[in-house]
Amino acid sequence: MVTREVTIINETGLHARPAQLFIQKANQFQSEIKVKKEDGSEGNAKSILGMMSLGLAKGSKITIEASGADEEQAVKALAELVEQGFGES
Amino acid sequence: MAELTIRGTGVSEGIRSGKVLLYQPLRNQNLPGRAVISEEEVNHELERLQLAREKAYRELHALIERARIELGKDKAAILMAQQAFLNDPAFYPEMEKEIRQQKYTAEKAVTEVVERFAGLFEGMNDQYLRERSADVRDVGNRLVSCLQGKKGLQLAEIKEEVILVADDLAPSDTVQLNKKYILGFVTRVGGKTSHTAILSRSLGIPAIVGIGEAIKQIHDGDWLIIDGSTGACIVNPNPRLMKEYEEKRKIEEQALRQLEEFTFKPAATTDGFRVEMSANIGSPAEAKPALEQGAEGIGLYRTEFLFMNEAQMPSEEKQFEAYKQVVATMENRPVIIRTLDIGGDKELPYLSLPKEMNPFLGYRAIRLSLDQRELMVTQLRAILRASAYGKVKIMFPMIASLEEWRQAKAILAEVRDRLTKEGVDFDPSVEVGMMVEVPSTAILADQFAKEVDFFSIGTNDLVQYTLAVDRMNEKVGYLYDHLHPAVIHLVKKVIEASHREGKWTGMCGGMAGDPLAAPLLIGLGLDEWSMVAGSIKKVKQVISQVNHEECQKLLGEVLELSTTDDVRKRLEDFQKENNLTLSGNTGK
Repeated sequence: MVTREVTIINETGLHARPAQLFIQKANQFQSEIKVKKEDGSEGNAKSILGMMSLGLAKGSKITIEASGADEEQAVKALAELVEQGFGES
Repeated sequence: MAELTIRGTGVSEGIRSGKVLLYQPLRNQNLPGRAVISEEEVNHELERLQLAREKAYRELHALIERARIELGKDKAAILMAQQAFLNDPAFYPEMEKEIRQQKYTAEKAVTEVVERFAGLFEGMNDQYLRERSADVRDVGNRLVSCLQGKKGLQLAEIKEEVILVADDLAPSDTVQLNKKYILGFVTRVGGKTSHTAILSRSLGIPAIVGIGEAIKQIHDGDWLIIDGSTGACIVNPNPRLMKEYEEKRKIEEQALRQLEEFTFKPAATTDGFRVEMSANIGSPAEAKPALEQGAEGIGLYRTEFLFMNEAQMPSEEKQFEAYKQVVATMENRPVIIRTLDIGGDKELPYLSLPKEMNPFLGYRAIRLSLDQRELMVTQLRAILRASAYGKVKIMFPMIASLEEWRQAKAILAEVRDRLTKEGVDFDPSVEVGMMVEVPSTAILADQFAKEVDFFSIGTNDLVQYTLAVDRMNEKVGYLYDHLHPAVIHLVKKVIEASHREGKWTGMCGGMAGDPLAAPLLIGLGLDEWSMVAGSIKKVKQVISQVNHEECQKLLGEVLELSTTDDVRKRLEDFQKENNLTLSGNTGK
């Protein structure tokens, strides 16, 4: 299992288009991937409903956790996506 | 069948009269039977759920195709998001889990999972996410009706004119509404900004929401009159009332139809005097709607919103993208871009402007730009670069003296030289003009006219500065009126000065969009009129009914008048004498 903590920096938080990009990326990996919030709630990173229901806004800290064959790559790719603010300038 | 009047919130204008169709989708009916099953039934329930999911998927697919053709991509996207939920790993597999572990019926399993998400979304601060609760419930209801093999009333199948009365309308209901048969709708819940309200306005279907429990007094087949502007629903009206509303509706419809006709007509008087109609916008997204309202150009693009919505100064690139988008959308029609008009009354987090005693007389607009040179250079570079993509004109706000104008022009000349040296593309023939808002510039219009390419009169500030009246202060609000004789004399001076030099004058304040003032402005020979896009057709309607020569005569009379009231009265009389049809507001 690989985990990494990242902070959401883009203005709109993690919904609508960013959430869509996030789950698209997650679905490219075989590993099981979860996103955990500081308050203990968690969601399936491959589910748009799961991600949206975490209500992640700008400034939220999340932990991305993956387990499976490509866990390293999955966590790295998703963390980078978040850290780059989903390409929003 | 007693007559009864119910009041709700009118959210979409229009009067309609028709037969009631009570729309009770399956979601509002209680689920029959039990909620729990035995171990042996688990597989059967899983199979039912699987079939229902496939059916729901197909139904949504058909709706999406339909929505794409009839309602556009945006509406179809709502349904596509719903379809995606059916494939979501947190949705359907969770329902299967409920059946296996809790021994729930498929119906109960669906409801459980749907409510879990809908509840979560409803509690969120973010409006976008809150609205998703309606989508999740909508999909859940579809699954339940597929499970029960019942087909609720399909809105798309309605083939007679009705007024739809419902508890609420779900997103997938509203995309199926056929304007031809659905005369209007009335719902128990909802407010001015609810999903139903917004949609009814975009479809142009009269609607009343939030009538509450009074909905129980409306029955299938009742006759109903609704007035979307007042929120009145009259159930089973008496014949006299029916006739009265029928008359009202006819007049309203005719006026609207007549007005619509002017959207794309040129603004020309009966004797062929032609003027240009433009729109004021504050963001690139408003350019396309402006075109759809009949704008022939952008007479004022306020750039300050680009600066106000940011945590830091927008980069040259970011500004360029925004300006270019407007210019490209307008496809070679003129776009007048006004440089930053901001001051101590508005906060820019990255500029730390001190609070001022009199922000409207203080450090603002061109005064600030000239002082914050880098800001001005960056903005002018972005504007000039955008000029390569269409027909850009540059305008400086709040010029009070010729020195300021010359300084601004000098900075622009430097920026142009620099871009030329860098080999960057821009339109070398960009026209450069100024706002006339400060009375000093109107008074010295003859001198300014020799140096500018055009004037644009900002009547809102011109009135404020000419009459020394703060328009936010209600106690002195009576003074604030663009029909004040002093304002009219200044406007005349500016237009005449520009024409003597072979230049032109536009107007981008509230006066340009006032149908009552239109004959006067025609008399004054105003060349370009810029206003809120929605007013364009109203002003065109007036212009097309008047004669240029008569308007000049009217002007001559008005110039002799000494009070605002006299001017207003004279313009109202002119309207009556010429039997002018005016739609919309003619107030201050």
